[in-house]
Amino acid sequence: MMDVKKIKDEHVTLQEYTYQLGNVDKGYTNRTLYINLSENKIKTKEVTQQMKEKFIGGKGFGLWYLWNAVTPQTKWNDPENEIVIAGGPICGITQYPGSGKSLICTISPLTGIPIDSNVGGYFGPLLKFSGWDALEIQGKADKDVIIVIDGNNGTVKIEEAPLEAIDGHVIGEQLTEMYADSEEDKRNVAVVTAGTAAEHTLVGLLNFTFYDVRRKVARLKQAGRGGIGTVFRNKKIKALVVKYQGVKGNLNNPVDQGTINQTGIKLHKEICKLDDKQNGMRKIGTANIIEVMDEYDLLPTHNFKFGMHKDTHKISSKVFIEKYITQGMADGCWYGCSMACAKAADKFELKTGPYKGHLVTVDGPEYENAAGLGSNCGIFDPHVVLELNFYCDTYAVDTISFGTITAFIMDCYENGIINKEITGGLELKFGNSDAALELLHQMSRGEGFGKVAGQGVHRMKKLFVEKYGADESFLNDIGMEQKGLEYSQYLSKESLAQQGGYALTNKGPQHDEAWLIFMDMVNNQIPTFDDKAEALHYFPMFRTWFGLYGMCKLPWNDIVPESNAHANEPAKIPEHVQNYVDICNAVTGKSIDKDQLIRESERVYNFQKVFNIRMGKGLRVHDRAPYRSIGPVTVEEYESRQDRYDSQLKEILGYEVDGKTTQEKVKVLRKYREEQFEKLQDTVYARRGWTKEGIPKIEHLKEIGMDLPEVLEVLEKVGETK
Amino acid sequence: MIKVNGRDFQWEEGLTVKGLLEKKKYTFPKIYVRINDELIPQEEYATVEIKDGDDVKVIHMMAGG
Ligand code: SF4
Repeated sequence: MMDVKKIKDEHVTLQEYTYQLGNVDKGYTNRTLYINLSENKIKTKEVTQQMKEKFIGGKGFGLWYLWNAVTPQTKWNDPENEIVIAGGPICGITQYPGSGKSLICTISPLTGIPIDSNVGGYFGPLLKFSGWDALEIQGKADKDVIIVIDGNNGTVKIEEAPLEAIDGHVIGEQLTEMYADSEEDKRNVAVVTAGTAAEHTLVGLLNFTFYDVRRKVARLKQAGRGGIGTVFRNKKIKALVVKYQGVKGNLNNPVDQGTINQTGIKLHKEICKLDDKQNGMRKIGTANIIEVMDEYDLLPTHNFKFGMHKDTHKISSKVFIEKYITQGMADGCWYGCSMACAKAADKFELKTGPYKGHLVTVDGPEYENAAGLGSNCGIFDPHVVLELNFYCDTYAVDTISFGTITAFIMDCYENGIINKEITGGLELKFGNSDAALELLHQMSRGEGFGKVAGQGVHRMKKLFVEKYGADESFLNDIGMEQKGLEYSQYLSKESLAQQGGYALTNKGPQHDEAWLIFMDMVNNQIPTFDDKAEALHYFPMFRTWFGLYGMCKLPWNDIVPESNAHANEPAKIPEHVQNYVDICNAVTGKSIDKDQLIRESERVYNFQKVFNIRMGKGLRVHDRAPYRSIGPVTVEEYESRQDRYDSQLKEILGYEVDGKTTQEKVKVLRKYREEQFEKLQDTVYARRGWTKEGIPKIEHLKEIGMDLPEVLEVLEKVGETK
Repeated sequence: MIKVNGRDFQWEEGLTVKGLLEKKKYTFPKIYVRINDELIPQEEYATVEIKDGDDVKVIHMMAGG
C-alpha cells in the first residue's frame, strides 16, 4: 500500500467548519450537518419538533431533507440531489443487538425516485456521537474530495484528496490508517466510500467500514441498493470520514437505562441459547438459508426460471462454513450485536482482476449474494461466488443488482437475443463464471459490455429492443426489474403475497419490506386476499420502523424466543415487538405501544409514496410486475413443473388439461395468475388507505397525521382533492 | 387423509411428525408443529404419530435477508 503520509500531504483544505461539541439527549443531538460541495458550504441545521414527531429519524429524516432539496424535475445527477445519512434515536445504544444502522436516502439513478438503504458499520453511531443526527450532502465538487468530521475536536473539513485509491477495500484501509492515531484508535474511525465501478455504472453502492480489531482489517458493510454509490462518485466524493473516541453504553442519554440493559440481556441470552438450533446466524449469517431455499423450490436459478438445482449443495452454507469462513471472531457490525452475522472469509486468494494473487478479507457471503451471484447465474463454484462478492464490494456494485443483471443477460444470450459479437466476445451462458467475472471487471474499467450491463435491466431491455430487434414483451416478462430496480433473490411464483411484497413497494422490488413466502405458500397461514393484504400492510410497516430508528431487522426474526411457540400471532414475534416498544420508550421517553409503532411507520411510508407521485411514479401502473415473478413464462418453465401447474389448472380453474398444448396451458394459467395479482393489488391498496390508482386518500393521510400542506399539494395535482 | 396447513395430505400408517416433515421436505430449522392445536416439542418429532384425520400445522417462522 502507498505511504499514507504521502497521500495526506497532497490534501488541500477547501473548507473548515468548527462547531461546539454537544450531548445526545434522549437519542437526539437535535441538529444536523449540511454540506454543499458546489459552494464548499458547511452549516448546522436545527432538528424541529415536527421532524421528530412525523419523521422520527433515519430514513424519515432522509426523505424529509430530500423532499425539500429536490423538485419534480430533479435527476439523480443534478447538483441539488442529496445523499442523506442518518441513524435514528435508538442508533448507537450498545445493549440491544442490531442498534448501529445508518439509513441512506437519495434520488436513485436506477429508478428516478427516492431510494433508501440500510447499512451497518460504525459511521451512523459515530456521526451521532460527534454531534449530528444526520449528514446531508448536496452539490458537486470540482475535484475528488473527502469530508472529515472530527467528533472530538468539533471540526468538519472538506479536503481535496487526489491520491487516495477509489476501490473500497483499499481506500477503507488508507483512510483508517490515516486518521487513526494508533492501532488502538482505528476502531474510532469510520469511513464511507464507493469504488471504481460506481463511476461507470448506475448500480454503485456505498461501503461503510468498521475496524475489526481481531482480523486487523477495515471491514466493509454495504448500502447496496439503488445506485447510491453512483450518486456519491458523481458528486466527486471519494470518502466520508468520521472520527470519534469515547464510545460507551450511555451516550444516547436515554431516559431509562435500566430497561435497555434488561431487554438487551434477555435477547443476548436467547441468542446464546437458541441460535445454534435455529438459524445459526453466528456461524454463517444469512447464508444459512441457501440450501433451505433450494429444498423449498424457492432459490432463484437461471434468471428466476427454477427454484432449485442439483448442484446447490456445492454452494451450501456448510461449504462456506467449512472451507472459507473464519469462525470465533467478533462479527457484530456495531458494538453489542451478539447475533454477529457479519461473517468473513480471511486470506482469500483472488484468482482474477487487478488484485489477482492478493490475500483479502471478503465480507460474506450473505444469502442474497450466494443466490444472486451463484444459483441465479448458474454458478455453483463457492470460490467464484466469493470472488464475485469481493469484487462487487470493492468496485462498489450492488451484488443483488449484479446477480439479477447477469442472470438476465445470460437468459438473453441463451435465447439468441444477444451474441458474442454484441458482448465483445464474452460467452455469457448460464454457469460461465469467467465471463461473469470479466463482466464485473469491465464495469470497474468502464469498458465493453460491462458498461452496458451496468445500466441495469430496465435500460438494457430498451437497448436490446431498439438495437437488436428483441421481442419487447418477452424481455418485459423475463427482465426481473420493477420501477427500474432489480429484483432481490426469492422465487415468488408460488406466493401471491410475496409477489405483492416485491411489487407493491415504494422503492422497488426489495426483500426488506416483507418476506411472506413461508407464511403464504408453505404455511397457508394467510389464505384470503384480506389476510394477504393485512400481512402486506403490517410487515412492511413494521420493518419500516427499523429504518426510522437506526436498527437492524435481523434480531427481530432471525432468532425466535421460546415464548413464541405459544403466541397468538407467532409470525409477528410479539415478545420481540414488545422489546422494541420498550427500548424505544426507554431511549426517547415516549410512551408508544405496538399500534403507535405501526402508525409512526405509516406516516413515513405514505410520505414516501407521495414523494414518488411527486417525482412522476408511484401509481398503479408503476407497481406492475414482470410476469416471471408471477408465473411460468416459457414452455420450458411450465414443463419443468408440469405436475404442479397442471393440477392447479384442474383443481382451481376446473380446466381440462388433457389434450392441451403447453402453450395453451401457459396462457390460461397466466390469465388466472395476472387476475389474482390485480385483485391482490386492489385489496392491498384498500387496506393501506389508497385509491385504486395507488394514491393515498386524503382522509387516510389526515387519520395518520400526515396531511402536511406540501403533501396535499402534490395530491391535488393528481386529482385527489377529497 | 390428514390436513397439513389447511390442505389435504395422504395419511399412512405409522406416520410420525419427523416422517411428515421429511416427506414434505420441510427442512427449515425454525418450525413449530401443532397437531389439533397442541404444540409438539421438537424432541418428540420422531416418536409422535399422526392419526388419520388429524389437523397438522407446520408453522415456519419468517427469516431471511
Ligand atoms: S444482526 Fe448482523 S447485520 Fe444486524 S446488526 Fe447484528 S451483525 Fe449487523
